[in-house]
Amino acid sequence: MTRPTPETLAHSARRARAAAEPAGDVDHTPTARAAVAPTTPVARTPEPAALSGAGSLVRSLEALGVDVVFGIPGGAILPAYDPLYDSAVRHILVRHEQGAGHAATGYAQATGKVGVCIATSGPGATNLVTPIADAYMDSVPIVAITGQVARPAIGTDAFQEADIQGITLPITKHNFLVQTPEEIPQILAEAFHLAATGRPGPVLVDIPKDVLQAQTSFTWPPTLDLPGYRPTLHPHGKQIREAARLMSGARRPVLYVGGGVLKAGATEGLRKLAELTGIPVITTLMALGAFPDSHPQHLGMPGMHGTVAAVYGLQKADLIVALGARFDDRVTGKLDSFAPDATVVHADIDPAEIGKNRHADVPIVGDARHVIDELIAAVTVERAAGRVTGHDDWWAQLDDLRNRYPLGYEEPGDGTLSPQYVIKRLGEIAGPDTIFVAGVGQHQMWASQFISYEKPYTWLNSGGAGTMGYAVPAAMGAKVGKPDTVVWGIDGDGCFQMTNQELATCALEGIPVKIAVINNGNLGMVRQWQTLFYGERYSNTELGTHKHRIPDFVKLAEALGCVGLRCENAADVDKTIEAAMAINDAPVVVDFVVGKDAMVWPMVPAGTSNDEIMFARGVRPVFDEDDI
Amino acid sequence: MTMHTLSVLVENKPGVLARVSGLFSRRGFNIDSLAVGETENPDVSRITIVVNAERSPLEQVTKQLNKLVNVLKIVELDPQVSVARELLLVKVRADRSARAQVLETVNLFRARVVDVAPDTLTIEATGTPDKLDALLRDLEPFGIKEMVQSGLVAIGRGSRSITAGPTLRAA
Repeated sequence: MTRPTPETLAHSARRARAAAEPAGDVDHTPTARAAVAPTTPVARTPEPAALSGAGSLVRSLEALGVDVVFGIPGGAILPAYDPLYDSAVRHILVRHEQGAGHAATGYAQATGKVGVCIATSGPGATNLVTPIADAYMDSVPIVAITGQVARPAIGTDAFQEADIQGITLPITKHNFLVQTPEEIPQILAEAFHLAATGRPGPVLVDIPKDVLQAQTSFTWPPTLDLPGYRPTLHPHGKQIREAARLMSGARRPVLYVGGGVLKAGATEGLRKLAELTGIPVITTLMALGAFPDSHPQHLGMPGMHGTVAAVYGLQKADLIVALGARFDDRVTGKLDSFAPDATVVHADIDPAEIGKNRHADVPIVGDARHVIDELIAAVTVERAAGRVTGHDDWWAQLDDLRNRYPLGYEEPGDGTLSPQYVIKRLGEIAGPDTIFVAGVGQHQMWASQFISYEKPYTWLNSGGAGTMGYAVPAAMGAKVGKPDTVVWGIDGDGCFQMTNQELATCALEGIPVKIAVINNGNLGMVRQWQTLFYGERYSNTELGTHKHRIPDFVKLAEALGCVGLRCENAADVDKTIEAAMAINDAPVVVDFVVGKDAMVWPMVPAGTSNDEIMFARGVRPVFDEDDI
Repeated sequence: MTMHTLSVLVENKPGVLARVSGLFSRRGFNIDSLAVGETENPDVSRITIVVNAERSPLEQVTKQLNKLVNVLKIVELDPQVSVARELLLVKVRADRSARAQVLETVNLFRARVVDVAPDTLTIEATGTPDKLDALLRDLEPFGIKEMVQSGLVAIGRGSRSITAGPTLRAA
């Protein structure tokens, strides 16, 4: 289904060559979703094999089941690229290291496997800083491998030297500076284990050039030596019983579901728990797809641009059961007025999240899958004993809010194309099996609101870090991980101009992603804040993609080896999307030229209480306090 | 705010101190004192950190510390059931006329003279921070030319060792 290119053909030849060699069978990568299973690589090399540090690195990647890495070679990492040339591991040559990092993230989020990116020392490594920080904020399992200057040159301000271990200390789950070539297999295995288990996250492995060049021996599997790393997977039974007791007795309970539920592979259990208890479900931006949007118990997304029903549901709840969520400021609004009457059950695999922002009355440390399974069992016991509280009044209030304040938008009065309409149609035409990957800003919020997510791992975005430029490379990574799934990037014209060069990678490597540029000619979300909070003084938010058509996204797409399409009015939306859907042998970019005045609603202005939610400009929902 | 003394057992590996101290500054904590050294097990180092904090932020920083892969165990030492000491080296002006008085102060505090010069004495003292503060107050009038202090080190009383007791792995 992908268009063969010289590079992909060359790669297949290398792959065939490598397969013909007795490289040992390769186990599947440990997945984050099966976080209970430690990294148990099967490929065994009991007899030490002599090779270089670089060879040991590549053999380790093979033994860990890595099928693809994203990277750019350079001086310090160059020794690694020689054995990589013969390896079955596919290397995708990106155009900027930031693209490699986000591609690894997109790959990991779509597949649940560890994503891998490679860069050289100095600027190569520092270009990975943004995607590493991004993966850290969203707990995505990636391993970044960087070249470092040779050991004797470390600390001398050598050419292309940067202390990337020091730089990434606050934004990695852990990082390593490899000291000897003998350590390479063990450190790689530890890096993958750390990235994928517990609360997943990015791990960086920095390898000096002379360590890559030195001769060493390779044995597999290595022994992991991580005495200080013991993630708690199984929750405490007493806490589970207490949570179940509260769930059975609450009158206004909600399940507040975060990305941890997706990472734990707990979506089926979540549905069972929700249906067993009848409790309303709220999924955060990071958890869209964890519970079907169409499910009658789903209230939608909470927070700054959440639905009125979800914001109100949390705000007025008497019991919040948080599952793999972290009470982020974008969800809680002004913290001291958040959910004032709620008892909080907080389950998370990371003990440091519990009680960090909001006091937890019932703290539960554990993997969301185990937590949910044990909650189901404990709630079943409560129900068998006849301890059930109805939620009819609660549902009546929530249903009333859903009916009065549904997600919606007004058609622009100036006849321009409505961005929400474009995104809504994209979701409807592409369907629930499609993976949607958003950038950051208005288009991201509309994509979270107006596309119906029915299945897990179909919504990828930069939630915690809010990294503009995430969409194109992350979509590339997702498509590489899920080649048979349609992947639509939804990007803004601002975001798109930060990382679109990876479309050249997509074109050459045969990665047919589809990118919808929601082009409103402006940094739209910033402009929205200027409209609302800065007296419509539009300082430096106009990008000129409308006024001057610089760049012309259709021409840009074509120059990058993609198909470029443009759509400027509502009548053409469906057929343009269908035309893009029909192209499967090349990346497609659609320039949707939309009006600049559309805004994201509802909105809780930053720093205010969730009680202040605005349904639309100047419209506050009426909450009848007597109902409660 | 109150002073808390944390004993942090860590893997004896390069860069671990930077991870620990970096975490404190990143989360907005000022470290009052820090001492680090090997333990009875050469693979394990012990960092003693004195920090001025409220209970709830301290719990948060402890949990964040526990997440560091190289951190093995954290125990908060209760001042009632632990012994805590600092080391002080201080160079005091002490010419012939003042020397006898300085030596008297040294003896009162059970400190020791470790170096003698015609016009100064260098004094070594160990003790609790309170005791060393008192010693310094008494030496001040003679003229302190130079001083250096170690971080606090502390150990629990009784026969039980830190590796046997419960950790601060809260929640």
